[in-house]
Amino acid sequence: MSPSLEALRAQVRALETGVAAPRVVPLGVPVLDAWLPGGGLTLAALHQVEGARDEWDDGPAAGFCLALAAPLIAALDRPLLWVARQADLHGPGLAAMGLDPGGLILVQADGDREVLWAMEEGLRCGALAGVAGEVAELTPTAGRRLQLAAEVNGVSAFLLRRRFGPLRRAEPPSVASTRWRVAPAPSGSAPLAALPGRPRWRVELLRCRGAAPGNFLMEWDDASGRFALAAALRDRSLGPRPAEIIGSGGRRAG
Amino acid sequence: MLAAVDRAAAAAGLGPGMPLADGRAQVPGLKTAALTPLEDARALARLAEWCGRYTPWTAVDPAGSDPGAGAGLLLDVTGCAHLFGGEAALAADLAARLTGLGFAARLALADTVGAAWGLARFGCDRSTPWRVVPRGAARAALAPLPPAALRLSAAGGELLARFGLNSVGALYDLPPATLEPRFGPELAQRLRQALGLTPEVLSPLAPVPPHVARRVFAEPVMTAAPLARGLEKLAGGLCRRLESEALGARRLELTVYRVDGSLRRLALGTSRPSRDPDHLARLFAPEDIDPGFGIEVMTLAASVTEPLSALQMVLNPEGGAGAQDLAGLVDRLGARFGLGRVFRQRPVESHLPERASGLASALDPAGPAAWRRGRPRPLRLFAHPEAIEAVALLPDHPPARFRWRRVRHEVVRAEGPERIVPEWWRDDPGQAEARDYFRVEDAAGRRYWLYRAGRRWFLHGLFA
Repeated sequence: MSPSLEALRAQVRALETGVAAPRVVPLGVPVLDAWLPGGGLTLAALHQVEGARDEWDDGPAAGFCLALAAPLIAALDRPLLWVARQADLHGPGLAAMGLDPGGLILVQADGDREVLWAMEEGLRCGALAGVAGEVAELTPTAGRRLQLAAEVNGVSAFLLRRRFGPLRRAEPPSVASTRWRVAPAPSGSAPLAALPGRPRWRVELLRCRGAAPGNFLMEWDDASGRFALAAALRDRSLGPRPAEIIGSGGRRAG
Repeated sequence: MLAAVDRAAAAAGLGPGMPLADGRAQVPGLKTAALTPLEDARALARLAEWCGRYTPWTAVDPAGSDPGAGAGLLLDVTGCAHLFGGEAALAADLAARLTGLGFAARLALADTVGAAWGLARFGCDRSTPWRVVPRGAARAALAPLPPAALRLSAAGGELLARFGLNSVGALYDLPPATLEPRFGPELAQRLRQALGLTPEVLSPLAPVPPHVARRVFAEPVMTAAPLARGLEKLAGGLCRRLESEALGARRLELTVYRVDGSLRRLALGTSRPSRDPDHLARLFAPEDIDPGFGIEVMTLAASVTEPLSALQMVLNPEGGAGAQDLAGLVDRLGARFGLGRVFRQRPVESHLPERASGLASALDPAGPAAWRRGRPRPLRLFAHPEAIEAVALLPDHPPARFRWRRVRHEVVRAEGPERIVPEWWRDDPGQAEARDYFRVEDAAGRRYWLYRAGRRWFLHGLFA
């Protein structure tokens, strides 16, 4: 992309939102960072993570949501506010993933409305790395409020869709800056083939402002607490995405 | 037996102590209601609480709880009267409100509890339902009243009547030294109390918080905007008071007094002492305050305080505005959900997974080094392990397949067992069996934490 077009985009964005060009924090995965606009996860925006459509438990989705937030916590050196109906994130489990459980302030709220209220309240506070919330349903209005609050206050928001029952109707469109769908994948290499290895996720970038959708296979390195470099691949097993067919203006495919 | 009568019945010649049959005979259409002393006492206590809109020092009169004689409330309005436009205005306002609430009330305001008690019962009548006795005039005001106005027991009053002492004034003429030997200690004590020679202390209904701010609305308030403004003013007033003593509030009590005589209390705590008016006012959500038919008076009290010097507010040792912001956020969330539900996790030395993490204050993190690593622990740990159907090929082997929430999972990879033995030093029923934990991965790559206790299998957590 030419520098003048980049500058023009920044100007338009500043006009639209009243804030200057978004800052990004790299996720530490070259393939993904190259795919995302600006070279990383946009700060001061709403990022939505959900489990695969047929998944009942949300271990991979929760893990990926934490993985997205981890570089942010590390870069800003501030706590992350995690609001949920059930505060069942397990401290030793976080430590086993290589994350610092002390970097999370957990809030147990009573329902979706309370979760969203607490998230907005957290977004107004300048002392947090970000705000994450688990909700069962998200209306477009609530999503827009969160996205606006994140943009205006300059704090990132993560929304984890956690299902407590079967999906009843089609998903409403989301206004989130990025939207990810996470499914489990057979784990990576282990010293013995019979043992579970590093967690792997089949991540679908459903929507991203300023980038094409894509599929990725990600691997998490428990020992270092970051994405594993070697195994992060574009997932081609699902066939080419529309972006690749069209060619999308010379964007580098990973 | 009649315990109490209203004005009309008294005019018809009825009185307390009269048998009900006699009363019915005298007044054929007499309406009666059963005496319910407990409910009366409760209603009186509620009324005393409502009087907190005037002063925090309110109490149910211990000497006047007999319904026939008229139950009483005592209010210490020292230093409060000017808020309502003077003592006379306060008394008139209170009398009018009590009438509006449906009470037949007499009230007197005097230097001492004793004088006010006597004047309210014997110095007021229908035409003058309230009286204010100026400072120092209690002695003269009491003089024409009967001796019963001194809060005497029935026997004491009778004794005086036999001596022909029919007014309090007659007692003034007797040498004080002779009162006690002749009429017993009660009379002498009561007389000294009424005249202010012996101090008498009110025992208030609730402990009176030393730091209170009060706001009286000109008109009953029902909407959120004026409530929010009132809260800001209250918080400002309270914080000025706290500042003069270098204190910060740890616990706040907001009381709203509604038009219909009911009241509502909201109490909440702060995570650290604070006297920032904006912060304290924001802790209360105006929509949480149910205004009913309108709110007349609000009080904000700091019921628990801690020292907070001006220096601490300026030079925050933990780093500037960020830490203050975080404390404010934690307080707001805590006010809504309870401070115990806003927390960080801290490591606990326990092998049992459900005890391996404890609650810590949201404001002070533990370092990452303190957490034990190296063993598989799930990202989400269920508070209640869920029973599953599992099949293992050999006794100590991981399950080959299992069924959880009606979905069948084929186990492809597994790690374990990790045996976790219950902590025998805790007397905890239901924890008697050792558990063999397995980390398993199914064909799709989902990772679960299962355990076997005896012959039964449970799913205890989810991995990322």
